[in-house]
Amino acid sequence: MTEAVPSYLSPTGQEIVFLLLGVLAVGSALLVVTTRQLVHAALWLVVCFGALAGCYLVLTAEFVAWVQVLIYVGAVVVLLLFGIMLTRAPIGRAADLDSGNRIAAAVVALATAAVLVTVVVDGFHTAYTPLEPGRGSAGELGSSIFRTWVLPFEALSVLLLAALIGAIVISRTDIRGRE
Amino acid sequence: MHIVYPAVVSALLFSIGVYGVLARRNTILVLMSVELMLNAVNLNLVAFDVWLRDRLHGGQVLTLFVIVIAAAEVGLGLAIILTLYRNRRTVDLDRLRALAEPGASAPGDASGPDDDSGDGPAPDASSAGAPRPEPLASHTSPVTVPGADAGAPGRDGTTPGTVTP
Repeated sequence: MTEAVPSYLSPTGQEIVFLLLGVLAVGSALLVVTTRQLVHAALWLVVCFGALAGCYLVLTAEFVAWVQVLIYVGAVVVLLLFGIMLTRAPIGRAADLDSGNRIAAAVVALATAAVLVTVVVDGFHTAYTPLEPGRGSAGELGSSIFRTWVLPFEALSVLLLAALIGAIVISRTDIRGRE
Repeated sequence: MHIVYPAVVSALLFSIGVYGVLARRNTILVLMSVELMLNAVNLNLVAFDVWLRDRLHGGQVLTLFVIVIAAAEVGLGLAIILTLYRNRRTVDLDRLRALAEPGASAPGDASGPDDDSGDGPAPDASSAGAPRPEPLASHTSPVTVPGADAGAPGRDGTTPGTVTP
């Protein structure tokens, strides 16, 4: 794991691809939180999630990558777009998307980034692993889920069912609470 | 693959999510920032699963679980936002101050009526039968509580209009 760490100055092709995808993800995430148009934020979120799926692919986690594409890009962003439409958000440039504490938020975020990046670089600059294909494929992951992790999996499916029923009950208007 | 690269990328994504949660006013944008933070955690989980060569694939399985929980969270969050919009006609976090301290001065209070008149005609023009003024009048009454409270002497000493003897 940690023996014979190659130099950072001679990156492999995988690392170059990963860094490009990471820059794409971070840049589009910055646009998500700074853009003035609400719909553009959702579309930049698609770019960010797609770049992250590419990162998972480079990290040999193929199944997670496709689940990311299916659920995040396919379902979550569509749900967010529905939310934008149903709340009749201003389509186009809106001036009041940011609150007054933007500077404090930037300071907190920069401090968080500084602490996290410093700790992570300090702690893991010797960590290296060669990537082998096939370690995150659907077969291996599926046997792991349904053998070792089957109890959390079932609990999670019940949780998802409860959350979606709750969402339906909350958003319907003809269901009244007891008074 | 050096593990520093995914770790740094996920740290930056998490910080961007923190900025978005703190700086945005629209509730849906705050939800998007929460999604960014969850994705940063997912990237970390996958990277460390690959690094540690977990035979049980705990990292990737936990990533799948986090994705499922994020889907449930977005569904519930959007249902709550829709109910909020139906009751208050706004998803602006700065104007939802029904649970705030009565004496606290809101930063959005001074610009609140301006924004109200600013984006007032647009939803009125697009929504034909939506009774916009009546819910606003009945539901933003908690927002006007700090203004009414400032007139009460002794309650808020920092109010410039209050003259204490």
